[in-house]
Amino acid sequence: MYNSKYVITGIILFVVLFTSPIWINICTPKYDYPDVAKPVGQNGEALECVEPTEWMRANHMELLIEWRDQALREEKRVYVSSTGKEWETSLQKTCLACHTDYDNFCKKCHDQNAVEPYCWDCHIQPQGNK
Amino acid sequence: MAIALGAILIILAIAWGGALIGLKYLLGVVLPSLALLVFIIGFIMRLVYWAKSPVPFAIPTTGGQEKSLDWIKPARLDTPTSTMALIGRMALEIFAFRSLFRNTRAVRTDDNGTPRITYYSSKWLWLFALLFHYSMLVIVIRHARFILEPVPFCINAVEFLDGLFQVGTPRFFMSNALILAGLGFLFLRRVCNERLRYLSLPADYFALFLLLAVVGSGICMRYIDKVDIAMVKVVLMGLVTFNLPTMEQVSQIGSIFFIHVTFVSVLLIYFPFSKLMHMGGIFFSPTRNLKCNTREVRHINPWNPPKKFHTYAAYEDDFRELMVEADLPVDKPLEESADEEPATEETNEKAPA
Repeated sequence: MYNSKYVITGIILFVVLFTSPIWINICTPKYDYPDVAKPVGQNGEALECVEPTEWMRANHMELLIEWRDQALREEKRVYVSSTGKEWETSLQKTCLACHTDYDNFCKKCHDQNAVEPYCWDCHIQPQGNK
Repeated sequence: MAIALGAILIILAIAWGGALIGLKYLLGVVLPSLALLVFIIGFIMRLVYWAKSPVPFAIPTTGGQEKSLDWIKPARLDTPTSTMALIGRMALEIFAFRSLFRNTRAVRTDDNGTPRITYYSSKWLWLFALLFHYSMLVIVIRHARFILEPVPFCINAVEFLDGLFQVGTPRFFMSNALILAGLGFLFLRRVCNERLRYLSLPADYFALFLLLAVVGSGICMRYIDKVDIAMVKVVLMGLVTFNLPTMEQVSQIGSIFFIHVTFVSVLLIYFPFSKLMHMGGIFFSPTRNLKCNTREVRHINPWNPPKKFHTYAAYEDDFRELMVEADLPVDKPLEESADEEPATEETNEKAPA
């Protein structure tokens, strides 16, 4: 092998760079699904969301932006869900009525996945946990 | 082109079908792990293979005045003679694609009835290649959020800048549009330019289509057919911390994720054996990484066998007596050497001749 001094340095750099997530995470404890606070009713029963939980986990941002457009731009205040139930199209009155705990709900999952929504540039953060 | 497109469609069919019939664990956990292993080992083997090929001479491909007399100003970055200038040339090549910047387009023109060839500057390839590569870099950096916990600030910063205009939800990333523009140009260039179309092989199209498929499936997953990315992060974190995710966790993610991961895995496996290896190859380009100092340093072919020299002094030792007899001038007079023992041996040897 020619120029082995440079080539071996390069190979080591390459391997370290491309396996760096393994080394950086070497002290990370086992990563689990974000443990968000699911809203519960007065008697501790699980509450129903506007759409099924599975769908909401992947698509809530789409629903939120759609609600914004419908409520503010088209003045459509009624949302009919996939199950046929009617909901008032309102962040404050519908979503935040149950999801009162910002720190343990929105923030937890968004922080872990490095998502920074700008909802709260305008809206008031739910203060239910305080 | 049809072969390449067919290959991509077959991969798509395998990924989609596999995800639907319940091979999600195979496609989402086993395949990417193997792909990364093949990528790293294949990459190293390729580098070692290249490092074993000797480069006998510096190849001075000059794009400017070579270092000459003191009062002639040399183009240091084009014809580097010092290590710093050489690093400068390599850095410009790697970060700014300087060679592509010199790309020209040859056009047959007419000069009062005489056909001529005119070279026009052609920077489009440079521009779109740069767009593609930097978008790719930003996208790879952005993906680090799925494999690092906690997510470092710099990754959030890259994400913030990429989605600076805050268009739509999920936020629109500029790099997504730019990488499509870059890849789109690189593809159209092969299709629209008849000379390039003639030169293009299935491997050229396959690399482009594969990258388009990776980007396309990723964009689709972000904006159209969304998946639960919190679960995606659980699976990917499981892979990098060697806490393999459970079957149940993996099966909760939508099919599009497995299509994306399969394309990325194919890209990783294909990488070390294809022209995409220019990622490592750029460091081994002899016309870029050798100093332009052929006038100052004698380069010796590394595979030459050791040479047996017969110096004039030794030659004279062999034939001194005969030379003196023939009245030829000698450096060392005969009387001195005659006293020495080797001289007598020499005469004995030469006697039969």
